[in-house]
Amino acid sequence: MMNNQGRPTGIDGTTETSNAGYETYTGNRGLAQVEGLIYEIGDTQRTGVDLPEVEEFESCIGGVTRDNEIGLAGLTEPEAMRHYTRLSRKNYAIDLGLYPLGSCTMKHNPRLNEKVARLPGVADIHPLQPISTVQGALDLIDTLAHWLKTLTGMPAVAMSPKAGAHGELCGLMAIRSALEAKGDARSIVLAPESAHGTNPATAALCGYKVKPIPATEDGRVDLDAMKEALGPDVAAIMVTNPNTCGLFEREIIEIADAVHAIGGYFYCDGANFNAIVGKVRPGDLGVDAMHINLHKTFSTPHGGGGPGAGPVVLSEALAPYAPIPYVVMGEEDFDMVEHDTTGKSFGRMTAFHGQMGMFTRALAYMMSHGADGLARVAEDSVLNANYVLASLKDIMSASFEGPCMHEALFDDRFLKDTGVSTLDFSKAMIDEGYHPMTMYFPLVVHGAMLIEPTESESKQSVDQFIGMMRYLVEKAKAGDTGRFTGAPYNAPLKRLDETGAARNPVLRWTAAE
Amino acid sequence: MTTYYSEDHEWINVESGVGTVGITDYAQNALGDIVFVEVPEVGDELAKGDEVAVVESVKAASEIYSPVTGEITAVNEDLEDNASLVNSSAGGDGWFFKISISDDSELEGLMDADGYKTFTAGLE
Repeated sequence: MMNNQGRPTGIDGTTETSNAGYETYTGNRGLAQVEGLIYEIGDTQRTGVDLPEVEEFESCIGGVTRDNEIGLAGLTEPEAMRHYTRLSRKNYAIDLGLYPLGSCTMKHNPRLNEKVARLPGVADIHPLQPISTVQGALDLIDTLAHWLKTLTGMPAVAMSPKAGAHGELCGLMAIRSALEAKGDARSIVLAPESAHGTNPATAALCGYKVKPIPATEDGRVDLDAMKEALGPDVAAIMVTNPNTCGLFEREIIEIADAVHAIGGYFYCDGANFNAIVGKVRPGDLGVDAMHINLHKTFSTPHGGGGPGAGPVVLSEALAPYAPIPYVVMGEEDFDMVEHDTTGKSFGRMTAFHGQMGMFTRALAYMMSHGADGLARVAEDSVLNANYVLASLKDIMSASFEGPCMHEALFDDRFLKDTGVSTLDFSKAMIDEGYHPMTMYFPLVVHGAMLIEPTESESKQSVDQFIGMMRYLVEKAKAGDTGRFTGAPYNAPLKRLDETGAARNPVLRWTAAE
Repeated sequence: MTTYYSEDHEWINVESGVGTVGITDYAQNALGDIVFVEVPEVGDELAKGDEVAVVESVKAASEIYSPVTGEITAVNEDLEDNASLVNSSAGGDGWFFKISISDDSELEGLMDADGYKTFTAGLE
């Protein structure tokens, strides 16, 4: 048996079955090692550290002193190392392969970013240090803020929000404060079906009633329906652009004008800014507030790899309501404004200034690419997605006509009558060594498969992905149903009972009898 | 006793001014295995189109909108422990809530069984 690169997958003369056939004593399959929970493999008799004997002491916590053993599992240091290393080898990561999660932008984290973030001047400082000793760090935040304002064409930015949804919350709180300052508190936020799922959640958390706006046949905001929903009680509209169908909202300026005409604000979800960075300035589109996911557009680690960072750019109208703290340039040096003196700021979203490690990485990414390089990022991400779309649309079902932006959306029409669902298809991708794409989202199409290759991938890498997808589609259409419905076969754990896990979650480990 | 259907895939079974509401078999089938249902509280007053319940399946979380204006008079508490009732009996034991209907004329905008059948056939 040869793989598609012409390399044998087993020794000549053996079959795949005989290769896989023998039971092993350990349950391990070569380097695919079985690993138990830490409570299963550890016990209270082992430890990796020598702690001094506890001397006589007097408790000052009243009657709540623990009087029995905690029973924490102990391991020797090598066992602890092996435990976590073995677990990490079962994980999928951007450093292992293409990570096609649409709407999620899993792209390469350049090693240059990491090198810069480890410089002691930015890595080994503390937020409570005297301001005079962290001038360089404040300069870095100020420079990053300058880049963000320049790239978006917006006059102000709040740096402290720590993730996309946190940024949304910041933006809506600024909108809410601005309206309340005018004595015009409103109660409705419009959120199109093509927006990110967090948008309606954010609006609801801010106390607004969410009114959904339907999508048109071509996957965009239904402008007529949106205009009909507008009224004096509408505080804002939240539009994701490009939207979660991977499409640019062509009527974005008209949307902005319409919401401004009724005295509302335009929140743009900037999660997909990577598709337009260096090409379009949201400020020119009439945006009042937009968060920027540094962990998406500006390549800082994403998805368990590191904390997010979601600075929010604000229009002139919303800037006075921005949260504290923020960096300002004083007469001679930088200062951090910790207390609002205008009485307008809506308050504080985080204890300190934001995600310093991510600021450093994002600025390293921006400066190493330059303005022209960032525009190229947008071009390449759109090119790669369209290459995927064009290479698969003859055998899969593209949901919308025409080219896409940074992600390609397919639905499950091509699987009709095959007995294979979107879920089954995704599980078979795991057997092929890929993390599945986003599935069943966006909801506007049936059995969605949303693929975002990102600009990180070379043509060779995308070709391999496309070849794998075509192979699976052909197998599904040829009636090789079992390959899908029982998948994954090659993963450390096989098909899990996801329904059972959700209906009857076992949230506490107990020792086997 | 008459059953009406909405374009949002709810059914409402009307008997002496009170409607029993659930989601259709088509809807449960499209959602897949349902793992959680959040029902409203008795006494909640709703306008037609208000969000009244939430259904979570392994695929998605979806809002359920009230097909009529009225006040909630009963909810199906069995769904709290056994959301799968919606899968096994969408039109029966998997009902969501009962609502006293304020305005009978709102029912006119809904479909009958045949109308709904044609509607879902058009979605395929």
